[in-house]
Amino acid sequence: MKLTMASSPHNHSLKSVNKLMTCVMLACVPGILVQSYFFGIGVLAHLFLALVSVSVAEAAILKIRNRPIWPTLSDGSAWLTGVLIAVSIPPLAPWWIVVIGSVFAIIIVKQLYGGLGFNLFNPAMAAYVLLLISFPVQMTAWQPVNTLLATPLSMIDQLSIIFTESTQAGITLDIARQVIDGATGATPLDHVKTALSQNMTSSEAMDNIAFTRFAGEGWQWVNVAFLIGGLYLLKAKVINWHIPVAMLVSLGLCSTLGFIFGGHTGVAFHLLSGATMIGAFFIATDPVSASTTNRGRLIYGALIGLLVYLIRQFGGYPDAVAFSVLLMNMAVPLIDHYTQPRTYGHGARK
Amino acid sequence: MSELKTLAHEGLWKNNAALVQLLGLCPLLAVTSTVTNALGLGIATLLVLVGSNVTVSIVRNWVPKDIRIPVFVMIIAAFVTIIELLMNAYTFGLYQALGIFIPLIVTNCAIIGRAEAYASKNSPLLSAWDGVMMGLGFAAVLVILGAMRELIGQGTLFDGAELLLGEWATALRMAIIDFDNQFLVAILPPGAFLGLGLIIAGKNYFDERKKAKTQPVETEKAPRARVTNLT
Repeated sequence: MKLTMASSPHNHSLKSVNKLMTCVMLACVPGILVQSYFFGIGVLAHLFLALVSVSVAEAAILKIRNRPIWPTLSDGSAWLTGVLIAVSIPPLAPWWIVVIGSVFAIIIVKQLYGGLGFNLFNPAMAAYVLLLISFPVQMTAWQPVNTLLATPLSMIDQLSIIFTESTQAGITLDIARQVIDGATGATPLDHVKTALSQNMTSSEAMDNIAFTRFAGEGWQWVNVAFLIGGLYLLKAKVINWHIPVAMLVSLGLCSTLGFIFGGHTGVAFHLLSGATMIGAFFIATDPVSASTTNRGRLIYGALIGLLVYLIRQFGGYPDAVAFSVLLMNMAVPLIDHYTQPRTYGHGARK
Repeated sequence: MSELKTLAHEGLWKNNAALVQLLGLCPLLAVTSTVTNALGLGIATLLVLVGSNVTVSIVRNWVPKDIRIPVFVMIIAAFVTIIELLMNAYTFGLYQALGIFIPLIVTNCAIIGRAEAYASKNSPLLSAWDGVMMGLGFAAVLVILGAMRELIGQGTLFDGAELLLGEWATALRMAIIDFDNQFLVAILPPGAFLGLGLIIAGKNYFDERKKAKTQPVETEKAPRARVTNLT
């Protein structure tokens, strides 16, 4: 019998970067399917474009940096960035939007800072913010769900809008976005923001064709799908519970207070609209740019929830997950500094 | 001669105010949204720099050491006032476009930096040359950054050049790329930070390559002795 001595660590999690990233991408699948069910094939087209763009960009920059290409590319982190960009832009946005976003995320936000593990900011969200401030018109042109469209769009029509900005019959995105009653569709968050700026009350704002249940037709189910994916990630121990729970509790608490005392839109609306769920489970939990201590994760998540609520309710932009995540990314070194756990056996418990 | 050459090399490349010392970033980042604005501010800064350098150098032996900074600032402020009035008179459009950033030249650290580090210790002629070279180096970076941002943001170059150079300069405006949508981030402040970062990276890249060429890498290594796991 041979007794071998192995050096520590003895307890392996058997999780490579590749496996983690694959898990996260798998967990995105329900969300992507539901989104493409409600908003059309454009989501999948953008997904394809994003994956190709991030692969090319990553390969090119690794070549310039004289790094091995396949080992880095195949860890899947770039592809996950592509997936997150693809699901966060409007499904009928022109094709160059997603290409610019993907290239910027990989080259500027990730690789120029040193690659995976060194980026200060979440690449997908930095790219989203770049696109949002550069191309506000295209980036806010969400069409309403398929069933509400005045002119139903076939798959060919949708692809044609993405690549040539109008269908073969000459229907542009602006016309396509008309809903049945003739008004232009907007995302529920966008709609509420506009209505509130016209001095309507929250309940008047919610009294619209797009709001059939809690948080707007389509949107709530997309969020539920991402919630399911997120719960799978928790179960598979890919992410810790601290960040999503802290963020959702904080957002829920803020919206409850706002609902009771300010007459603002309700809790379900905030939790199930926009990017809340994908933000809580897939974006804020990015292991590179998020806080790394458990107490820090609670603070980080809670402050993201607070910022999301503040920006949605009082800020100029309808949704706020990207801004909140980036702002808190900046605070991460400080949070980590003040929440370092006590080393076992050192220092007194206070 | 060699002193002049060294000064030129220092100002334009090796010790460039914007790329190496990272001084005067506030105007650098704020007004470089077009080539015209960048060129206007670059020339204004150049003139102030030369004027203040010469004056500081002339009075350097009469200024008590303890109050030299306030004296320098007053000299610089006088020149900035002159430039501002001149711009107000002759390039009014540009004067309005640059706005607060003309008076803010007073607080440009590149200028007081040269006054303190060079002009207060050297003769007027050398100081003037130093001012010219430092100013040119700063202006060059402004113009390059302005060109980058204008090209990416609007697809044009020398848009609004008539504000600086007079009516004939409208012919200078070049529409290089025709965008349906402006790439706004290049014109907004983030574009300035990204652009400056890329220019600095480019300069470092050239320096590294030059260094690698002049100093061949040593290939011979000392043989390594194995000290662990010896049987």
